[in-house]
Parts: sequence; structure tokens; C-alpha cells
Amino acid sequence: MDLRVLWFILLGVLLAGYAILDGFDLGVGILHLGARDDRERRVFLNSIGPLWDGNEVWLVTFGGALFAAFPEAYATAFSGFYLAFMLLLFALIMRAVSMEFRGKSDSPAWRRFWDASFFGASLAAALLFGVAVGDSMLGIPISPDREYAGGFFDLLRPYALLVGALNVSLLALHGSLYLQLKTEGELQARINRWSWHCFGIFLTLYLFTTIITLARVPQALSNFERFPWLWGVVAASVLALANIPRQLYLGRPGRAFLSSAAAIASLIALFGAALYPNLIVSSLDPAWSLTTANAASSPKTLGIMALIAALGLPFVLSYTAAIYWVFRGKVELGRLSY
Amino acid sequence: MIDPIPVGLDVVLLSRLQFALTIAFHYIFPPLSIGLGALLVCMEGACHVTGDKDWERLARFWTRIFAVNFAMGVATGIVMEFQFGTNWSTYSRFVGDVFGSALAAEGIFAFFLESGFLAVLVFGWDRVSPRLHLLATVLVALGATFSAVWIIVANSWQQTPAGYALVSHHGVLRAEITDFWAVVFNPSSLQRLTHTLLGAYLVGGAFVASVSAWHVLMGRHVELMRKALGLSVLFAAAAALALPLSGDLQARVVARTQPAKLAAFEGLYRTTQRAPLSLAGLPDDSRQETRFNIAVPGLLSLLVHHRLGAAVTGLDAFAPADRPPVALSYFLYHGMIGAGLALAGLFVLAAWRLRQGRLHQDRLILWGLVGSVVAASAAGQLGWGAAEVGRQPWIVYGLLRTADAVSRSVPASHMLASMSLFAVVYLLLGAVWLRVLDSKIRRGPDESDEPREGGWLGAAAELADPAGRSFTEPRPEG
Repeated sequence: MDLRVLWFILLGVLLAGYAILDGFDLGVGILHLGARDDRERRVFLNSIGPLWDGNEVWLVTFGGALFAAFPEAYATAFSGFYLAFMLLLFALIMRAVSMEFRGKSDSPAWRRFWDASFFGASLAAALLFGVAVGDSMLGIPISPDREYAGGFFDLLRPYALLVGALNVSLLALHGSLYLQLKTEGELQARINRWSWHCFGIFLTLYLFTTIITLARVPQALSNFERFPWLWGVVAASVLALANIPRQLYLGRPGRAFLSSAAAIASLIALFGAALYPNLIVSSLDPAWSLTTANAASSPKTLGIMALIAALGLPFVLSYTAAIYWVFRGKVELGRLSY
Repeated sequence: MIDPIPVGLDVVLLSRLQFALTIAFHYIFPPLSIGLGALLVCMEGACHVTGDKDWERLARFWTRIFAVNFAMGVATGIVMEFQFGTNWSTYSRFVGDVFGSALAAEGIFAFFLESGFLAVLVFGWDRVSPRLHLLATVLVALGATFSAVWIIVANSWQQTPAGYALVSHHGVLRAEITDFWAVVFNPSSLQRLTHTLLGAYLVGGAFVASVSAWHVLMGRHVELMRKALGLSVLFAAAAALALPLSGDLQARVVARTQPAKLAAFEGLYRTTQRAPLSLAGLPDDSRQETRFNIAVPGLLSLLVHHRLGAAVTGLDAFAPADRPPVALSYFLYHGMIGAGLALAGLFVLAAWRLRQGRLHQDRLILWGLVGSVVAASAAGQLGWGAAEVGRQPWIVYGLLRTADAVSRSVPASHMLASMSLFAVVYLLLGAVWLRVLDSKIRRGPDESDEPREGGWLGAAAELADPAGRSFTEPRPEG
């Protein structure tokens, strides 16, 4: 297989890993203010406490892999989306330290401040990720010298904002399903109702986004003629999405959570299918787009990286699974908790 | 060479300032994590070997502090990774192919290891067996060390590029890897890695020594803290003694590979035989000499070339456009050495008093130890400042100039906005971090650091909880 295609796929895998794993803890953050009292908020925080920084490493590795495999795309996107990335960084920093600092004082004002900042930062991060996906679908003004030729507000187009909202609702749903796994009793029943609300909002936005995508970004389907098996991914995503309310109805939040994870993975696969072979689409002239062919590192670098990934990934996956196993089960507020 | 790019100085200056601000703030944390990680392994290992539960109490206490620092390191570290693309995109295009492998290795081998097992280290005390917990501690410490390895490989490649070829890629020159191992073992990477790790061990040792000395001075947890004090003083003394030796080896690499940098460090304007080692002085570009120079004649020649009469290259061998800022390099470098030597003296003295069994009564040295962590951390900052300022005007030595490496599509106003944001957020964070650290340290080890009764089997039995109580209900105790 062409190494550039392999790395395009691996980037998709890293992005999907990030979206599924950090997705649920962003979702928990979005729902954070729905908790009624301090104890419930601590349950929320501790449900993700041992796991969030490991989840965030998927983003760091995605960034590193993009830099390494497609330096031109990394350079163009990160400098072009300058302010958006700065806001994202700000949100990620505030999220991390809100969790760490909230429990360090008993003062209600102190805790309220970090609660609000945890919520706001999680919401902003989810929104910005969605906006980035929306802008990637539409394409951005890239000039022939491979530099971004627009401004910050060119990124906040209605379609991009719609995808941003879609992402917020999807991650809130995903987070609520995760929380159901981690809670019991009355709290779990209440979160179950949130899951239904989130699913309703998500479904509405999803249908709306699909229609607009087909109307506005017809080239998103161009790969489907070359690779008809992609329709299988579409079917998988629809089935995964439809399975969420079914499992919720049957009272099986674990399976609902797995379904939402599968739905996220398949939506990212569709996003990749819509882009390929482009990494960044130039809205000025398709010839100026950054593609897997013209933005990649040398075959030697891609080969070394593939070897490193092949050596390291089995370890990463096995001990990540082991660590999730250690921290399985319902949240128990103890002396080591946040 | 990259084409000259029409960019105003302000964008370059702002990008450099922002990078300096964010990297300096970030670099408070990695040495603490690397150094503390190694000490945590020592403490937990001591508990396993001796069976003395005090070591577990100490390890639990320091783990909580480690976790706070680690979170700060992760949060500020993501900024660094993003910033190569946001502010230095021309540089990213140039080095991406070479850095690719190192970055991939760092992500796969270091970051996942650290952050994954950190969960077990911090939250796993009562969930996994002591042996498994020790393994997690070792893996976190290893992960922290691995990430230093790959970052320093990348930074050393910028200082002494090797194993690459310049290739035209769609009309623009970039460096492409030709020999992976030549990139990893470039001429300066081993010496710089040794020096950086030793510096981190000094910071970690000084941190534990500082907190322990303070508790001993205040007469709190004295029994416990004396143990930590002894361990950390010996640990830091070993690092502080090894640092000048490793520094000497590293300086000779600098003399060989980056002579302009060494000349700036030493304020040596003219190529000189029997070159003096400057102890203190004031480099003055307008006079092209170091004024008020207190120097040992011939010592620089002796140190660099092991011959008193050997010539050491001065700044006059380089075109003015290729010289680093002399005074700044000189002060950063001499500041690092001054702080390092003072710390070596302090820790050797402390180790000697420890051997006499008098350290816990020597209030003067104890107060010195309380302040030592600030000096150790500052020495690390000054050393990195010297390394990076001394490389100027190059971002990749001899290949790409810093002024040509910035992002071309980002206006100065955006950089000003982001820099203001970082300045405000980092000030706030720094203040909150110090406050949290201060309260944890003042309280010292508390009941939450007590080892579990009945070991981990007791904990497991409690987790299984036959009473069927809700896990989300607060526990009556513990």
C-alpha cells in the first residue's frame, strides 16, 4: 500500500481514537452544570478523572503525526487557523486545570468558578472541533504558495457553525451514555433522560447537516463512485446511530455507549472519505489544494514512522485497555478523588 | 536556502517572545516531573526493599504533588506542539520530514506511557497490588525520560544538523532524512541529553530537599521528613557534582560544532591563543571587547582543547549577521554556571553534614535547601536560554534563519492578541498552581497518605463491597 495512503488512514484512526475517548470526557464537561450539587459534580469529574489526560494524548499524537507525515498540511492549517487554534489551546488548558484545581479548596465561589470554566472550556473545544470539520468540508481560501489567504471570521460560516453544533450534541450524547455507565440510582435515571434529549437534538442537527452537505458539498460523494464499498460505511453509521435509542430503550447503556463510539468512528471515516485525497481543500482553485501527494514527507520518513507505529501501537492499545479495566465500574468517591 | 520572505520584524519578534514565554513557563514542569519521577521510584522501591511503610507515606504524599505538576506540564505542553505550526509554519515545512520520526516515537513511546500509567500511579494505590503500582511508577518515570530523549534529539538536530539532505519539494527547499540513526545520534544529542536529565534530577532532588527541610525546620513530620531529606540530598548532590563534568563535555561539543555560540558564551570577541576563561565581565559590542573582565588566562584554551597555547575561535571569525547576541548569551550562560556551582557547593555541604548526622540541626544549611529548588529551576531556564539564544541568528544552525522561519499568513495583530491571552492565562495559572502547591506542601502528608490496612487484598475486599452499598454514595470514612 502507498505509505501516504496508509498515513492518511492512520491519521483518521488517531482522530477517531481521540474523538471517541476525549469525546466522552468533553461530553461530560458539556453536561457538567446539569449536576445538582457538589457531590454529583465530583462524581462527574471522577468518572473521567484518571482517564482524561491519556485521552488527550490521542490529540497530541494526532498533531505530531500530522506534522510528521504531512508537514505542509500541518503548517498551512495551524498558521491559517491561528486564532481558532489559540482559542482551542486556551480551552484545553482551562479544562485541564479546572479539573485539577477545583477540589483544592472548599470555598463554594472557588468551586463555582472552576465548574463554569470546565463547562465553558469543554463546550468551546467541542464547538471548535466541529467548526474545523465543517470548514475542511467546504474548503478554505488557500493561495498557490500554500498559505491561508482568509481571515478569522471567514471560518465562522453558517455551515461550519452547524457542524460545530452537531459535534456538541454528539459529544454530549456520548458523554451522557458514558456517565450512565459510571452512576447509579436516581442520578443515573436523570442522566438517562438527558441521553434521550441529547439524541433528539443530535438527530435533528444530523438530518439537517446531511441535507445541507449533499446540497452544498456535492464533491463529498466523488469517492463513492470509485469506491462503492464506502456505502457500507454509510450503512454502518446509520445502523450504529439507530442502535443508540434501541439500546437506551432496552436499558443497556453499555451497548448504547459502544454504538455511539461506533457512530463517531464511522462519521470520521465518512469525513475522511469525503476529503480524500485532499487534506486541505482550496476554495480558490482545486489545483492549489494540499493533498496526500503534494503535502507528504518523504517515503523514507513515512516508512520509519510506520515501523515505529507498528512497534508501539500494540503496546499502547493493550495497556490502554488494561488501564480502562483497572478503572472500570461505578464512580466511588474516596480519599484519592478530585 | 529558503527564499528571503518579506516579513516585518515585529512578527518575528512577537513570535520569538511568545515562544520564549510559553516554553519558559512550560519548562518549569518537565524537570520537576522527570526528577520527581525518579525519586518516586526510589521511595517506592525503598518501601519494597526495606518494608518500611514510611517510604510509602512519602511516595503517596509526593505522588499528589507530582500529579499537579504533571497536569500543568500536559496543559502547557500541548501549546508547544501546536505552536510550531501556528507561529513557525515555514520552519515546520522545512524540518517536518526530519522531525517526523522523532515526534512519532515520542507520541507512541513516551506520551501514552506516561499519561496512561499516571492514572495507576495517582489513583491506583488502593486498586492494584503494590508490585503493580511500583511497575506503574517506573513506567511513568521512564515515559517522562523518553519524552526528554525525543525532544532533545529534535532540538539537538537544530543545533547540529546531521543525517539529512536538502531537497527541493514543490519549489521550496526542505531537509529530508537520509539516515535515521545519524539524526538521533547527531553530534550534540548525547551530551545535551545527559546534561538536561542531570539538570532535571537536580531540580527534582532540590524540590524534595526543599520541602523536607522546611518541614524539619518547622518541626512537623520530622521523623518522616528526615528520611526524605537524606534521600533527596544525596540524590541532588550526585546530580550537582555530575553536572559540571557533563557541562564541560558539552561545551567542547559546542566549541567544535557551534564556535560562534561558544565565543558568545565566553564574551570572546577575537580569536585568541591562550584564551582566558571569563568569570565575570560586561561584553560590549560597540567596543568589540568584554569590559571589566575578570578572567583566568589560558583556562578556556585548556578546557576546550586541553592545551594551554591552543587558539579558541572568537566572534571576529564570523560575519556580523551570523553572530548571536553576545551580552545576553554571556549572562544566561554565566548565570547558569553560577547557580549550578552554588548548588553543588550547598548539596556537598549538606551531604557532609548528613554523614555527620547533624544536617537536621544545621538551620543555616536547611534554609539554604529550602531555597535550592528555585535556584535549580532557574539554572535550567538560564541554560536553555543560553542554548537557544546562542544558536541565533539561526533556527536550524547554518541552514535556516529564525527571521525566515515564521508563519507568513499570520498578521502581527493576531500574535499580539494570542500573546496577551497567554500572558494573562499563564499569570493566573502560575498563581493558582503556586497556591495549590503551597497548601499541599504546608499540610504535608496527611491521613489520605496512610497505607491501607490489610494491604491491597483488604482494599479489593472493600471494593467488592458485599453490603451492596451504592458506590456513588459518600463513604463513611476514607
